[in-house]
Amino acid sequence: MTAPLPPLNDLVACHQCDTLHAATDLPPGTRAYCQRCGVLLMTSQPAAIARILSLALTAFIMLLAAISFPFLTLDAGGFHNATSVIDAIMAFNDGLALPLAIAVGCFIVVIPLMRLGALIFALGPLVREQPGDARARIAFGIAERLRPWSMAEIFIVGVTVALIKVSGLAAVTIGPAFWAFTGVVLITVLKDTMICRYSIWEALDHRNT
Amino acid sequence: MVSRDEKSLQKVWAWLIAGMIAYIPANIYPMLLTSTLIERSESTIVGGVIELVQHGSIGIAAIVFIASVIIPIGKFIAVGYLAISVQRRSVASRHARHKAFEAVEFVGRWSMIDVFVVAILSALVQFDTIATINPGIAAVSFALSVIFTMLAAQSFDARLIWDANRTPSL
Repeated sequence: MTAPLPPLNDLVACHQCDTLHAATDLPPGTRAYCQRCGVLLMTSQPAAIARILSLALTAFIMLLAAISFPFLTLDAGGFHNATSVIDAIMAFNDGLALPLAIAVGCFIVVIPLMRLGALIFALGPLVREQPGDARARIAFGIAERLRPWSMAEIFIVGVTVALIKVSGLAAVTIGPAFWAFTGVVLITVLKDTMICRYSIWEALDHRNT
Repeated sequence: MVSRDEKSLQKVWAWLIAGMIAYIPANIYPMLLTSTLIERSESTIVGGVIELVQHGSIGIAAIVFIASVIIPIGKFIAVGYLAISVQRRSVASRHARHKAFEAVEFVGRWSMIDVFVVAILSALVQFDTIATINPGIAAVSFALSVIFTMLAAQSFDARLIWDANRTPSL
């Protein structure tokens, strides 16, 4: 217990259980996990910030496309109905269910957009090696905090279930927005596996000093 | 690093109980109101699953059943168990309990599938008199239940599991 601790900057605390670890430079292609609870601490991709930023930008633009183009069209008995993501949100627009429309809108459009926007805002100056301000740290914190509430991937699975339910009833055509939305989900997953929170926080810290 | 939230467990219990209460009407009242030229039918969560099985889409029925029945109930039990074991300062199987907590946090969001299905169906199937699908009141209470239990899982401080054998340093 009396052994001197390494300098504070070389220590990393597990964000789940607070166990302190000494931070070392990882060899390429490896990942560091918490000794006690097994949570991922860092990945050896500190240079991935530029890639993460470009993926975030791509996902942001694709998400805008996914909102504006028709999502699904349904044909049955001479009737034709094109639905966009906004229509799906507005399905709950009557009476008691209105708060649900707002919640669904937040989960599948607003929060994903906010997360990507905050990430772009936080990482943009880092890539250009510009001195930023404390707001970048706040933005990255928000992006991390909102993670569980961004439900685009769940929405896509929901769409698949709904498609199978309707397929017996009518002919369904998948619109461009569906593919854009699927793309957003795939890119977000890729971005989240690349991200190394430790090195991003490090980078944000170093810039301030 | 954040210091421990002393009211963590209170918040967990409050959100968990709210989630359980909201889950009751979600199962009693209809989730979907389907009206066609000939008939008008209402289906609850479990009713929808049974309908899917009768249509022969077992896989989809299983997804919906897992997402809207097994996950929520499993979550109630898991979060309740974690909270009780922390209150008793249990030191048994802490690794397993930590894994359980991570699973709850990861899997809980997927319960929202059914709410999204209802949203898409009711936006898509709007053919005036021939066939319309509208969301039922259960969709609202189900969504509330999922949100409450997500908040319960988030306000649970995983470090409390590991704190059990420490003497409070006050």
